[in-house]
Amino acid sequence: MKYVDEFRDGKLAQVLAGAIAAAARPEHSYSFMEFCGGHTHAISRYGVADLLPPNVRMVHGPGCPVCVLPIGRIDMAIALALEQGVTLCTYGDTLRVPASKGLSLLKAKAQGGDIRMVYSTADALRIAQENPAKHVVFLAIDFETTTPPTAVAIKQARALGLENFSVLCCHVLTPAAISNILESPEVRKLGTVPLDGFIGPAHVSTVIGSRPYEFFAAEYRKPVVIAGFEPLDVMQAVLMLVRQVNEGRAEVENEFTRAVTRDGNLKAQELVAEVFELRRAFEWRGLGLVPYSALKIRSEYASYDTEFRYALDYQSVADNRACECGAILRGVKRPQDCKLFGTVCTPDNPIGSCMVSSEGACAAHYSYGRFRVQGGSSQ
Amino acid sequence: MSVRPDYVRPLDIKNGRVDLSHGSGGRAMAQLIEELFARHFDNEFLRQGNDGATLPAPAGGRLVMACDGHVVSPLFFPGGDIGCLSVHGTINDVAVMGAKPLWLAASFILAEGFPLADLDRIVASMAQAAREAGVPIVTGDTKVVEQGKADGVFISTTGVGVVPDGVRLSGERARPGDVILLSGTLGDHGMAIMALRENLGFSSAIVSDTAALHGLIEAMLATGADLRVLRDPTRGGLATTLNEIARQSGAGMMLDEAAIPVNSEVAAACEFLGLDPLYVANEGKLVAVVAAADAERVLAAMRAHPLGERAARIGSVVEDAHHFVQMTTGFGGRRIVDWLTGEQLPRIC
Repeated sequence: MKYVDEFRDGKLAQVLAGAIAAAARPEHSYSFMEFCGGHTHAISRYGVADLLPPNVRMVHGPGCPVCVLPIGRIDMAIALALEQGVTLCTYGDTLRVPASKGLSLLKAKAQGGDIRMVYSTADALRIAQENPAKHVVFLAIDFETTTPPTAVAIKQARALGLENFSVLCCHVLTPAAISNILESPEVRKLGTVPLDGFIGPAHVSTVIGSRPYEFFAAEYRKPVVIAGFEPLDVMQAVLMLVRQVNEGRAEVENEFTRAVTRDGNLKAQELVAEVFELRRAFEWRGLGLVPYSALKIRSEYASYDTEFRYALDYQSVADNRACECGAILRGVKRPQDCKLFGTVCTPDNPIGSCMVSSEGACAAHYSYGRFRVQGGSSQ
Repeated sequence: MSVRPDYVRPLDIKNGRVDLSHGSGGRAMAQLIEELFARHFDNEFLRQGNDGATLPAPAGGRLVMACDGHVVSPLFFPGGDIGCLSVHGTINDVAVMGAKPLWLAASFILAEGFPLADLDRIVASMAQAAREAGVPIVTGDTKVVEQGKADGVFISTTGVGVVPDGVRLSGERARPGDVILLSGTLGDHGMAIMALRENLGFSSAIVSDTAALHGLIEAMLATGADLRVLRDPTRGGLATTLNEIARQSGAGMMLDEAAIPVNSEVAAACEFLGLDPLYVANEGKLVAVVAAADAERVLAAMRAHPLGERAARIGSVVEDAHHFVQMTTGFGGRRIVDWLTGEQLPRIC
């Protein structure tokens, strides 16, 4: 495949692996967090860890959209489908996220809920147009990447005069999550999580640009390298991070220049600002209540806001006590440190949200890398 | 004016629709069978006109019987339709047991209101597939359900074949050191369906690979090689099939990603949808586990057959207490190729 295979070239990977091994000082150990699930997936899918020297370690971050969605939000969507009889549309992986009472959206669908998987907001709008007697709710999850299409859907619904369409907005913001991790006691005071730098998001940064990360680099003295989602992008970013650490620099560098600029997509940002505003606080799975970390629909568009239309109140629901998703999302623990990992919690029967999406740290490790677990196959 | 006591107005295949009387067991059903099914499928066994077909007992070998239900949506797709798919699917299930497929039975569940023209097209396609394969449809059944209780037509087929003495193919026979061969490109059927289903708007050049594999298998068996396992990787794709074999055989597998053939259009469509071709359904491909010493011979026989032109050696069976299927990625790392989780696309076949 042209334009993609170039970024998966095994020979180039060996060259970069050699450069990283040469740059990484043997007396130093390097820990870098890849914020995004897209990077987590690429690292696992292509076996990038096999190409890094032992003293360069990748820590998985919280940037997996379905992983950070708390149980209370899924419960809200399930109740809308089962009790209010709405047609609930959402992106694929969201259907499998475990919720209260052993339910998930997929199980609620089997119980008779009208729950549909869509590929885009346009699909949800079409369903609303075709079913004027039903109220269609789009459960909007994800980071900044998909906020512009959600904004477009809301504006289109208004332009079309669609009255049977609304959005249950669960869009969250990347910079707030990075701050939360950097401010966490494990990183700041205890030092139990050594973090020498970040691989910054690819798609998110095409929207918000690289400027928002400059604050972290300056304030927390952590280098950030924005990288594409292909495995060679990840390798190149690791090399750039190793060099920054070696040289005592903490800057925002952009490896993904083919798509990301310093200012990002201004038109998309305007659109988002027109339809959404900041929530005062939003509960994340793993990170808890994070101030100003999510979006809500502006009052001008309240009739398209499911929470407003159905007067919904958010109820926080605690995770399974043995589940370590919270610690894993903060980089404090690794998937294989969780007692449930690979025993009661597997991709076919996920207990925690990190086991759901292939971008989740647990699912990625289970599906692609569990031969690396101690006592696993040494083949 | 003369009364014609025997006159029955012929089925209006062009504009007519299936109604409940076509499944009632009465005259309308007899007419549907005669004017539509029997007309296309015609053969000496079907002509017996009884509730079942009386067939000659094979002289030697062991019998193999397999059945397969078909619920694919949409019913017509590039490269085929539910009709030929329902013939190929069951022939392949019989053939990968090492058997020569002899006869098929077909059972139809039709929805009230289904256009007879579509049914005629489907049955004609089945008949053509059966003729080309040399495997007649010798008996069948038709039921009609009310509108909304089924989606158009569901077809269930059963096949019977004979395994020659000396051929022993089974999922538990893979041994460390054996070689894994694949007959061609992955994911063509699944992506052909997916491109239609998801309204993706890319004008796709992807064509389903639906085909009967017994000829290819016959050529492979004719080499006299020690073939241990044959499987057709349908739903769940190659990944799922190899995991099944690994579990049955109590061994692991190591694949080489660079050696696995995938058409570039399929690779691009998978990339676009975030799918892995290893998990996408095929309807005309097989995977073979062969003793290492025989691998090149079998591979040559596969490549000499039209359905195996792009056959490749994709990996080997290894010792592994965990029965993992692993893969060296084209990038140079290593990963597990796990079972399919959840449902990639319902009603693919």
